[in-house]
Amino acid sequence: MTQLLEAIDISKIFVHRRGKTTRALEKMNLSFSEEKPDIISIVGESGSGKTTFARIILGLLPPTTGRILFRGKDITSLTHQEWAEYRRQIQAVFQDPYGIYNPFYRVDRVLENTVRKFKLASSREEAKRLIAESLEAIGLRPNEILGRYPHQLSGGERQRIMLARLYLLRPRLIVADEPISMIDVALRVLFLNILLDFKQKYGMSCLFITHDLSSSYYLGEKVVILYRGKIMEKGETEEILKEPYHPYTKLLMKALLPPDPEKKVLLSEEIKYSYEEVGDQMGVGCPFFSRCSERMDICKEKTPELKALNENHEVSCFLYER
Amino acid sequence: MDKLLEINDLKVYYRNVTGISKAVDGVSFFVYPGEVFGVAGESGSGKSTLISGITRLIRSSVYIPGGSVNFSYKEDGKYKSVDLLALSEEELRDIRWKHISYIPQGSMNSLNPVMKIGDQMVDTIIEHSQKNKEEAMSLLPDILNAVNLPSSVLNMYPHELSGGMKQRVIIAMSLALQPELIIADEPTTALDVVSQLSVLYTLWVVSKDINASLLLVTHDMAVHAQMADRIAVMYAGKIVEVGKTSEIFKNPLHPYTRGLLSSIPSIDYDKKKRLEGISGIAPSSTNWPTGCRFHPRCPQVKEECKIKEPPITRYNDERYVACFLYGGAE
Repeated sequence: MTQLLEAIDISKIFVHRRGKTTRALEKMNLSFSEEKPDIISIVGESGSGKTTFARIILGLLPPTTGRILFRGKDITSLTHQEWAEYRRQIQAVFQDPYGIYNPFYRVDRVLENTVRKFKLASSREEAKRLIAESLEAIGLRPNEILGRYPHQLSGGERQRIMLARLYLLRPRLIVADEPISMIDVALRVLFLNILLDFKQKYGMSCLFITHDLSSSYYLGEKVVILYRGKIMEKGETEEILKEPYHPYTKLLMKALLPPDPEKKVLLSEEIKYSYEEVGDQMGVGCPFFSRCSERMDICKEKTPELKALNENHEVSCFLYER
Repeated sequence: MDKLLEINDLKVYYRNVTGISKAVDGVSFFVYPGEVFGVAGESGSGKSTLISGITRLIRSSVYIPGGSVNFSYKEDGKYKSVDLLALSEEELRDIRWKHISYIPQGSMNSLNPVMKIGDQMVDTIIEHSQKNKEEAMSLLPDILNAVNLPSSVLNMYPHELSGGMKQRVIIAMSLALQPELIIADEPTTALDVVSQLSVLYTLWVVSKDINASLLLVTHDMAVHAQMADRIAVMYAGKIVEVGKTSEIFKNPLHPYTRGLLSSIPSIDYDKKKRLEGISGIAPSSTNWPTGCRFHPRCPQVKEECKIKEPPITRYNDERYVACFLYGGAE
């Protein structure tokens, strides 16, 4: 099976002034297959390196070590043509639906530019028809959207127009970095449904980056739990969320508030404030050590490697090493 | 005195280039002493504007064309009841923070970055009470203890704390003068899930400790489910439904509430299903739809919904709904 995109041992270290460094990502491995579309969620708190990873995948940021392979070829050695193809097949949706539009132009322009740049239509009429079709495909009425300026639309609409753009392009992989965190609850589901449809109907894969476990559960398939740049747990979403192994995943599950007044977790369980403490921690040891409720001596001295428990489930924790 | 805060037909409008934006357009509800009252709704529904109307922390482009906000509080052992909208700015200053404290959206960023936490807390206390510096200082260890922060944070600067800790500092400040009412606007939105939990927990415990009511504004229905005794659901500048949290979640009446509650993905292994959300376009506050403001997006729309506006009526004891499906025409 050929891989569409592979991230191999991606690490990123940011160097600040006076030589201080931050390790944003450590040995991240992830791949998307060419044949079988996949939705992979990366779940992590702020500062876990999830956006850094998205930027590296998109080729916007070079990794410190490691390689990104596009159809088996390192993206730093792509020819002009291959680079254009990579750019077309890997598309991004960013977090902020307000910042991506030029306020001086009507929203049509985003779609028109897409059609023109990628030569999707041979005539003006065809372009118009395509754009209308793309808006309908994502559940917006073209006559209500076209001709409007960005400020006249809500965040949810703007974010969905980005999906219309993806519908036009039909890329093989969508990299969505916290796409729903700034839009309304009632519209979030619509957005997620479109991603699910895109995968089913057009075979588009998705790298979905979020801090919200429940939306990654809704999208299903695979999940990667990231903490301070390191993969804590990785595998089938259903399996991991049903039976989390890593203490960090367990903590995240515990912190998840069920939208149900009958299931009060807020007061029924002891909340440990120490979970929240953040200190700078570098180098050796498990990155989760300071917050872990099941820490052992070894966790301070050695960094656990990501080990497979079975074919659908990997975890990096000494509790599961024998 | 059975109602702490009673709001009647409150309207808060904005003037802007496109005309008048009726962000809050006739809202009525009340808050009992000691309860957690949640205000739910999407962005643009007027939740935050409602709060700015109650606290009268408004910019010059905002005005309040009508309504009343009656607040009952205890001053020198006597109960007083005032209309906050009728007070002068000076009189209002006496009430703010001492009787009503307010935790605005993104408030952890409102700490002064070049001042130590302790100094900021002391300043706030001195500003809003008759206490002197020593008295204010003596309060600090206790209130920090209440939000479970070590007293070492007093000598720290805001950048040395995590987001959740900063938010807890703000909560500590809000309870310092033991107000009757704490208003929190999206207190956890910018926080990580784990910090979110400890902030909500702190807010809950603290408000119960000093027996304050908590007016909690958030779009996050899960937070309401966990925290609120009663909730009001806002849509397009109006309240569409009020009731006990447990009943609203069990049996949402208004089609909007129903849509809202059925758009939340939850981790439930038995019944994973495709959620539908609410399609359509969020209305604009400068030009609300005629009749019921939800009618263009409503799956159960009737002819009369397009022309007449359903008044909010009592459904049963604690339950109010504004929808023609439940009579409402009386």
